[in-house]
Amino acid sequence: MRALHALLLIALAASLAAGCAREQSSQPIIGLITKTETNPFFVKMREGAEAAAKARGARLLSGAGRNDGDNAGQVTAMENMIAAGARVILITVSDAKAIVPAIAKARRDGILVIALDSPTDPVTAVDALFATDNYRAGTLIGQYARAALAGKPARIATLDLLPGHPVGAQRHNGFLAGFGLAAPDAGSTTLGTAQEVVCSVDTYGDQTRGQTAMENCLQRDPGINVVYTVNEPSAAGAHKALVAAGREKDVIVVSVDGGCQGVRDVGAGHIAATAQQYPLRMAELGVEAGVDFVKSGKKPSGYTDTGVALVAARPVSGVESLGVDVGLQRCFGDR
Amino acid sequence: MLRRPLGVAPARALSSIGPLLALLAACAFFAARSDRFLTGGNLSLVLQQVMVVGVLAIGQTLVILTAGVDLACGAIMALGGIVMTTLAARLGVPVPLAIAAGMGVTTLFGVAHGLLITSLRLPPFIVTLGTLNIAFALTQLHSRGQTVTGIPAALGALGDTFQLGGTRIVYGAVLMLVLYGVAWFGLRETAAGRHVHAVGGAPEAARLAGIHTRALLIGVYALAGLLYGVAALLSVARTGVGDPNAGQTDNLDAITAVVLGGTSLFGGRGSVLGSLVGALIVGVFRNGLTLMGVSSVYQILVTGVLVILAVATDQLTREGRR
Repeated sequence: MRALHALLLIALAASLAAGCAREQSSQPIIGLITKTETNPFFVKMREGAEAAAKARGARLLSGAGRNDGDNAGQVTAMENMIAAGARVILITVSDAKAIVPAIAKARRDGILVIALDSPTDPVTAVDALFATDNYRAGTLIGQYARAALAGKPARIATLDLLPGHPVGAQRHNGFLAGFGLAAPDAGSTTLGTAQEVVCSVDTYGDQTRGQTAMENCLQRDPGINVVYTVNEPSAAGAHKALVAAGREKDVIVVSVDGGCQGVRDVGAGHIAATAQQYPLRMAELGVEAGVDFVKSGKKPSGYTDTGVALVAARPVSGVESLGVDVGLQRCFGDR
Repeated sequence: MLRRPLGVAPARALSSIGPLLALLAACAFFAARSDRFLTGGNLSLVLQQVMVVGVLAIGQTLVILTAGVDLACGAIMALGGIVMTTLAARLGVPVPLAIAAGMGVTTLFGVAHGLLITSLRLPPFIVTLGTLNIAFALTQLHSRGQTVTGIPAALGALGDTFQLGGTRIVYGAVLMLVLYGVAWFGLRETAAGRHVHAVGGAPEAARLAGIHTRALLIGVYALAGLLYGVAALLSVARTGVGDPNAGQTDNLDAITAVVLGGTSLFGGRGSVLGSLVGALIVGVFRNGLTLMGVSSVYQILVTGVLVILAVATDQLTREGRR
């Protein structure tokens, strides 16, 4: 990665030294910027983008921030890619608001910018968005949890992302709506509350924090029987806490992501159901739209839903779901 | 100066029992708000929730006593955990060897800290800032960002529990308390322990008194590295996996515990037991506020206020000594 940056800088310096404008290569150059280099979700996305670029005769540059939330790192990667001749930027934004000025500047310079996986705030800051409908993902696991509870009174714990994050809010509120509780709509970044929700803690999507949160929630209300988790690492932490309390058999844990480890956890009964998303598809669609733009000048617009599917070991009536084997075929991460 | 600084004796007393008073006040507050707070099971839970940061804070205390600081402790711990779990779960290395390898790696980092700080005369802040990045990158590369699952039971043994009068207690929490006892004894009763205070408080005087400052500093950083290896083992035992993203804020959490415990960032003065109290204060707020149903963001707010108070107390004490 550093080597790539260095090469980009050297290339830039060389072109400046030669006093020439950017070389017009016939090959479309597309930049892909993810939140981190190593998260399996983004690794899968990069694989998809690389395959699609190869198939369409484009060159892919990839970069990332240092960690989730590193906005400055993403801005730097974008500047370097544009300097290297990229006409299209595909970006999974780390900070929905902070990235907007940098995107606006790139678009003024005639660059096509497409958001993958996470929307910018406002959504209209980019040309187009290819992402999972996170509200729908939440709705699916909410419906599943409600059916699996089979009419027992619900005592729900929610292990959330972090304050004010649109993805965390959409999953949480979608879950409440799917469960049949009153909830804010998909546009809201406020977490909905309900009498049935007895404990809500931010986990930052982190396994250790998920475990601590679940332990403390069980102290607050030992009668908890449904646990919504914002992603599979926090679900794994919650499961560990439930095992320690001897409650893993009679608590329904639901989650979102559909990573290979998460799907295996569904198979093992640690998670009852998870809503699977498809990063590979986001990247393929993004690259294809980018190549079309470079070749014909046609810009994509608006929001494209890249699909979400429920993965469950035990199907419940009235909610469609994939089995664990199918989920494993379509998952991201090490199989 | 219109205001007379606090007298030495009362200020000293305040900085050593202040943290304990804060912890007891917090406990009293939550006990009044929630009848579940003071149960054995809940207190045992707080102990196991702070055990990882608690052990990191022992190493951090040693370093800060020498007037250094270690920003890399969490990142080094994560690397140690990934080494242990990949060796044991993916390569089938026997558990004792895997643990030794993980601790070896963290100790090596400590030795490297000591050598760079003493030989090249680099500030600890800069050295550990560098190794923070190196350890983070090695962890990500080595694990490819994937959580390591399917670890052998023996590697998670410290996460198992035993019964004590109706309460289940995690072995790891007991280990943490034992390590605090050993560190407290070592710092108080051994020559080397007193030398640590001397090197941090008055390095020139320590040198003139014939203390081998260089060897002592390398030893302190190496020992801190070994303790981060123990923390890595505890972290693996607690979560049951090797998590490449573990410990990302633990460096600041450990420094917070040390500061809340009344140890001076200027070196030479402080108490390792205070660091345990500091870690417990943070843990009690997180647990207690969840029991009350209050957002955990308030715990972060309270922690910030307490840190300022603790350092202000330290500053007043120093003024009193002049």
